[in-house]
Amino acid sequence: MSAVEATPVPMTAKRRGAQLGMLAFAVLIVMGAYASVGLGLDGEIPSGMLTYGLGLGGLMLAAYLVLAKFAPWADPLLLPLVTLVNGLGLVMIYRIEQTGQDGANATNQLMWTALGVVMFAATVIVLKDHRILQRFTYTAGFAGLVLLVLPVLPLLGTEINGSRIWIHIGGFSIQPGEFAKLALVVFFAGYLVAKRDVLALAGRRLLFIDLPRARDLGPVLITWAVSIVVLILEKDLGTSLLLFGTFIAMLYIATQRTSWVLIGILLFVGGALLAGQVFSHVQVRFRGWLDAESNDLYFDGVSYQLMEGLFAMGSGGILGTGLGMGHPRRIPFSFSDFIFAATGEELGLTGLMALLMVYALIVERGLRTALASRDPFSKLLAGGLSFILAWQLFIIVGGVTRLIPLTGLVTPFMSAGGSALLANWILIALLVRMSDAARRPPPQAIQDEGLTQVMQR
Amino acid sequence: MNGTLKRIAVACLLMFGLLMANVTYLGAVKAEGLRKDPRNVRAFLARYNVDRGWITANDGKVTLAKTVDTGSKDFRFAREYPEGKAFAHVVGFFAPESSSGIEGAEGRYLDGSHPDMVVRRAVDMISGKPAKGASVDLTLNAEAQKIAYKDLAGTGKRGAVVALNPQTGAILTMVSVPSYDPNPLALADKSKVNDAYRKLDKDKDKPLLNRAIDLTYAPGSTFKAITAAAYLEDDSSRDENTMLDAPDALPLPGTNLQLRNYHGESCGGRATLLAALTISCNTPFAQMGMDLGYDKMKEQAERFGIGKPLEIPLMVQPSDIGPEEDKAALAMTSIGQRSNQMTPLQMAMVAAGIANGGTVMKPYLVNKILGPDGSEIDVTRPKELSEAVSPEVAAELTKMMINVVQSGTGNRAQVPGVTIAGKTGTAETEKNKPSHAWFIAFDADEDPQVAVAVFIEAGSAGNDATGGVIAAPIARDVMQAVLGR
Repeated sequence: MSAVEATPVPMTAKRRGAQLGMLAFAVLIVMGAYASVGLGLDGEIPSGMLTYGLGLGGLMLAAYLVLAKFAPWADPLLLPLVTLVNGLGLVMIYRIEQTGQDGANATNQLMWTALGVVMFAATVIVLKDHRILQRFTYTAGFAGLVLLVLPVLPLLGTEINGSRIWIHIGGFSIQPGEFAKLALVVFFAGYLVAKRDVLALAGRRLLFIDLPRARDLGPVLITWAVSIVVLILEKDLGTSLLLFGTFIAMLYIATQRTSWVLIGILLFVGGALLAGQVFSHVQVRFRGWLDAESNDLYFDGVSYQLMEGLFAMGSGGILGTGLGMGHPRRIPFSFSDFIFAATGEELGLTGLMALLMVYALIVERGLRTALASRDPFSKLLAGGLSFILAWQLFIIVGGVTRLIPLTGLVTPFMSAGGSALLANWILIALLVRMSDAARRPPPQAIQDEGLTQVMQR
Repeated sequence: MNGTLKRIAVACLLMFGLLMANVTYLGAVKAEGLRKDPRNVRAFLARYNVDRGWITANDGKVTLAKTVDTGSKDFRFAREYPEGKAFAHVVGFFAPESSSGIEGAEGRYLDGSHPDMVVRRAVDMISGKPAKGASVDLTLNAEAQKIAYKDLAGTGKRGAVVALNPQTGAILTMVSVPSYDPNPLALADKSKVNDAYRKLDKDKDKPLLNRAIDLTYAPGSTFKAITAAAYLEDDSSRDENTMLDAPDALPLPGTNLQLRNYHGESCGGRATLLAALTISCNTPFAQMGMDLGYDKMKEQAERFGIGKPLEIPLMVQPSDIGPEEDKAALAMTSIGQRSNQMTPLQMAMVAAGIANGGTVMKPYLVNKILGPDGSEIDVTRPKELSEAVSPEVAAELTKMMINVVQSGTGNRAQVPGVTIAGKTGTAETEKNKPSHAWFIAFDADEDPQVAVAVFIEAGSAGNDATGGVIAAPIARDVMQAVLGR
């Protein structure tokens, strides 16, 4: 090659073909898993395999087309990865439904998945530029708070399984906390972009840590208070931990001050310890974690679910029993909070590692988007959304595998439940939208200034 | 902000790393303990996911335990015992948390986990089929077993019957009464099974015990066959015509007690060995034992297999003639009293040893093990256990025992057209308490086919129920069934 072709701006490849291929591969894996469940259960490929497979395939094709049209530069990996975990969740719920466990309903979940994809598409189509969200910082904050406290209100909220995180509207139960999560991340991002310079100001120096000024502690204390209120009124340790942790992480991203992280950890540990002294349900959870294997706690039901989940994963061992060959029915709520354990029994350590890898990739793509974003709001929003996904996974999977005390949260995209599915699909839509913006080549600099120079006199 | 974002990315990576490490720890390190935790029902459920091999008798023609595919998800294969009570103690039962009898002893073949079947199991696992176990064919003769059970249960008393093939040691009959229905104990329902089991366990008649091998009893006069064997082995000049002192009362050295014959009967002061055995005099045999001494008695007993641990493959309680004490004790031991304790199986082995020209064969229950495809995995070959007496002594003993049946206490055991040899026994357990009734017998042929021991437990037998009256007819029926007459 003789001529030196100057490419002043490196072009990001769209990789749409690769995306379509990976999407087809994800759907194929899901269909294979579906067939495997049927073979494991009664030696036949289930009659609904094509319906489910084509249904999921059709949905994803639609989502792909929407992306191709409205966000052509979007990260090509996000959609196939999410399709894979959502599809495997569907298969597991179908498999658990076959055991007759109450509450597992694969048809419902497929419907919610469809609705989730519609929300995904709608978000991508409607939200042409995510930076608009910055304008709604305080609206989002207010909406988030309202959504968070909705279940506490009498009449509207209901307590299910010891947590008051549900509201009933018409025939539907909704977990508003799942949507509050999104609204609050938007709020945190907008708020921190505006205030980060102030919050980053150093106050007194203690040892080798710069403490923030006392008057800047306000927002942290307010968020902390809100999460403690959630913890107390809704008995929802999981969401409380999730929101507070995400806030601290975003505060750290925005201000680059390690001291915030330390203050956050101190506040939360202090709050949790205090709550443990005052509220029995926190203490019970903690005991159920520390001493899970004791017979008393197991038979009292305190650590029953946790231990059944561990028994399931232990029995699955390295390779698992194979889909349809385990006993997920033994684990209470194997289709929601404990879907990870049920999957572990049938797909084994190998399957769980693959699953964690897929989640890690989703988070990594999200963080990459944050790094590539060009404005601080996008960086914070993408970083916050990615972190909340990773953090949520850590809390629930860590709880189920007894790494940390068990706090009820859904496993994103896998657990049965419409609210979580919708909220997480919107979350992915936001990431996709931001990745499109981040990867879109900037307007080309004008090469030959001479030609376009306007002569002025 | 990219610096902090990168640090957050590292934190996320760390969280995933922790999760992965913990999942690995669970799936690889803790898995074994979690799998075996008694609260983990999967082991329990797995028991019902194996197409367990069948247990059969008569070369597979009679089904004793079978597996039924219920099609249910959790408890797919159910275990049933079509022959029920008559075979219960041998076959055992496959309970949710344990198994007994052959079900337990041959469990690894039946559920396919035996190392011999490892290849087949791997194929099943890969192809996703439920594991299939090997079937176990027993040596039992189903007809003889059923007759033995019917006769013994018909007496309304507790007891046991054991029949052996003297030439091979194959166990043809092993019955214990009272028995139980194994079916309710093999349900896939822990609480129901536990209730059924507890009820049986509390029963004062102890139906769960296999009286043929689990318990030992004073053998009474049947032990005189062993004393006679020791006496004849001790001096080759002795035979059935050797004259013995047979006083009505034998003073026991070192005590004020006198040993008398059964019901105080007289044997006429002097008797031949033949006459003494035929009418089962106590005093000459007590004298014999005292003359021979403990060591010789013990040695003879051991040569019949007494005191040796035995697995058939069920565990057999070792029999024992008791510790060495004084002469008076030895006198009692020689007529099968005091600490002299035998299992019914052991007494059948004594009869079988005499029938087989003095050689005791190792008793066994499993004829062969057949893989799921019908191939032979294992076939039991008869093994010699010990040389109890010389062929000459065996012939002498046989001659005398024939006399017992033809014109002595065992006349109820006669089978038309077959020469039967036998020895009765009525063991006092305590003074003025009901006695154990015994009878051992075999067909005294060139080619003996069956040796049998019938035992009826004290307290359940009437006061005057001697071995000859109550036990001999059962032995006759069993032998008839085995011989096909």
